[in-house]
Amino acid sequence: MTKSLSIAELEQKATEIRESIIRMLEHAGSGHSAGSLGLADIFTALYFDILKCEPKKPDWDGRDILLLSNGHTVPVQYAALAHAGYFPKGELITLRRFGSRLQGHPERTKLPGLETTSGPLGCGLSQAAGMALAMRMDKITHRWVYVVMGDGELDEGNIWEAAMLAGKYKLSNVIGIIDRNNIQIDGPTESVMPLENLHEKWEAFGWHVLEIDGNNMQEIIDACALARSIIEKPVVIIAHTIPGKGVDFMEYDFHWHGKAPNKEEAKKALNELRTLKGKIRSEHE
Amino acid sequence: MRELHLVKDVLAKDIVLEANRKGFGRGLLAIGKINENIVAACADLTESTQIHLFAEAFPERFIEVGVAEQNLATLGSGLSAMGKIPFISSYAAFSPGRNWEQIRTTICLNDRPVKIVGAHAGLYTGADGATHQVLEDIALMRALPNMAVIVPGDSVEAEKAVAAMANDHRPNYLRLTREPTPVLTTSKTPFEIGKAYVYAEGKDLTVISTGVMTYQAMVAAEHLFKEGIDLEVIHVPTIKPLDSLTILHSVHKTKKVITVEEHQINGGLGGAVAELLAEEFPVPVKRIGVRDKFGQSGKPDELLEHYGLTSKHIMAQARKMVK
Repeated sequence: MTKSLSIAELEQKATEIRESIIRMLEHAGSGHSAGSLGLADIFTALYFDILKCEPKKPDWDGRDILLLSNGHTVPVQYAALAHAGYFPKGELITLRRFGSRLQGHPERTKLPGLETTSGPLGCGLSQAAGMALAMRMDKITHRWVYVVMGDGELDEGNIWEAAMLAGKYKLSNVIGIIDRNNIQIDGPTESVMPLENLHEKWEAFGWHVLEIDGNNMQEIIDACALARSIIEKPVVIIAHTIPGKGVDFMEYDFHWHGKAPNKEEAKKALNELRTLKGKIRSEHE
Repeated sequence: MRELHLVKDVLAKDIVLEANRKGFGRGLLAIGKINENIVAACADLTESTQIHLFAEAFPERFIEVGVAEQNLATLGSGLSAMGKIPFISSYAAFSPGRNWEQIRTTICLNDRPVKIVGAHAGLYTGADGATHQVLEDIALMRALPNMAVIVPGDSVEAEKAVAAMANDHRPNYLRLTREPTPVLTTSKTPFEIGKAYVYAEGKDLTVISTGVMTYQAMVAAEHLFKEGIDLEVIHVPTIKPLDSLTILHSVHKTKKVITVEEHQINGGLGGAVAELLAEEFPVPVKRIGVRDKFGQSGKPDELLEHYGLTSKHIMAQARKMVK
């Protein structure tokens, strides 16, 4: 993919992806709004700048791999895939409908471009480790496996089993990205099941840890570049994001974790996104 | 009938005994030499699952995951995604016992042909007791779409099963036994995933058995023949997909069935056969297996006796049904 987009253009792309997310979720009538919106900048950066990928050849064997471990945020991945040209954008509104390739949680066998099936949490990192080990056996370098995880997902034991293993085998072509938005279904992560000190936990498991503003395009791109240059150990990027980012009434509110906007809420959200929070006038007004 | 090249005399005092896990270990080493895409991972049980033979020969293709069965399954999915053919081994109580959901989502639904090897299944695990004598693994795996479930009858068949699994494009589950058991088959005996084999022809009643219990069924058939009861014995090393044709062909003739397995009677071979016959050809079926109980410590012979899984129990049941 040509990587010619400027930071401003990438930010514009992220806004378009957020608009798609709102429309998809409104149409579906159910789904996860907050995480999907919060991850829009990361997914835009990945598909439009960071990943080596060919949208028209999703099985290209030189591609980087992106695993979405917290599969409930898949609206952001569907939107990014469609905007990147993997499939027609018109298909996005079939999300969660009978017969759609866009299942409520991602199914690899249904839609080209998806690298795994997820939803049940905690399973992405160990798949990434398996992929990285296979690449090592085949002496493949210069391919990376990115795995996006939720922070609530880190409650799962499987994550830490995988973290131990990746540390043991020093799987430096695994790059973990944690969506640190501090919410999960039952409330704030630190009251449901405290994760802190998250940074030190990962370090103790043998990982190099980076922390960034996960809604800052430049920081996302720079962190991934730095992560690729670290060859001694696996790297995890704790990306601090704002759940519901871009839509004022959703931001920071854990009630939007597993909820979709209704017609009125969607209209309000789209207007806010199109006017860049009132800074410009929407052509739809 | 196809020539099956079984051992000549199942009642021989000097019948060869070998644990079928040994056959698995040999088979994996052999196929590993031919196919470099074969890789293996284990959860801290390399020697008892016999995967150490492969690990020692191909250390660069072996991954030790430690005592972490969820990671074992999901790592396997990742290896498979890159074109590897991963055999992942642990005790069946833990894999697929503990990691069932990972197997369901990242292997079966995700359509990654990972080869799950569950050792030390069933009552033959003996002294370790109920925690380790898993009697529910066939049911767990049989319920999953996409999964083939293989329960070899002896070490020679287990060895062949490994080669067949390496060439099968589905996820597979291979159930293994700890203790040495009689070897009934020879290198010439056929094995295909999805095929059942008529080990003894008879007309009065069909005994359908799986795994190491087929030996008990064959012994029962030999003894009952002398009493004038003619058992047909079908060995079913693949419980899913079930070889319905072979079973129905036999049952059309005998119209009576006993199933035998070292597993709960619910959800295993007995369940599969009862489901098939209820839909296609309802006849009297009696399931021999563990009847909704857990195991306990003891010698395998003591346990088979206690739970009613010996050739004597098969004979008693057959006499009741044939008379």
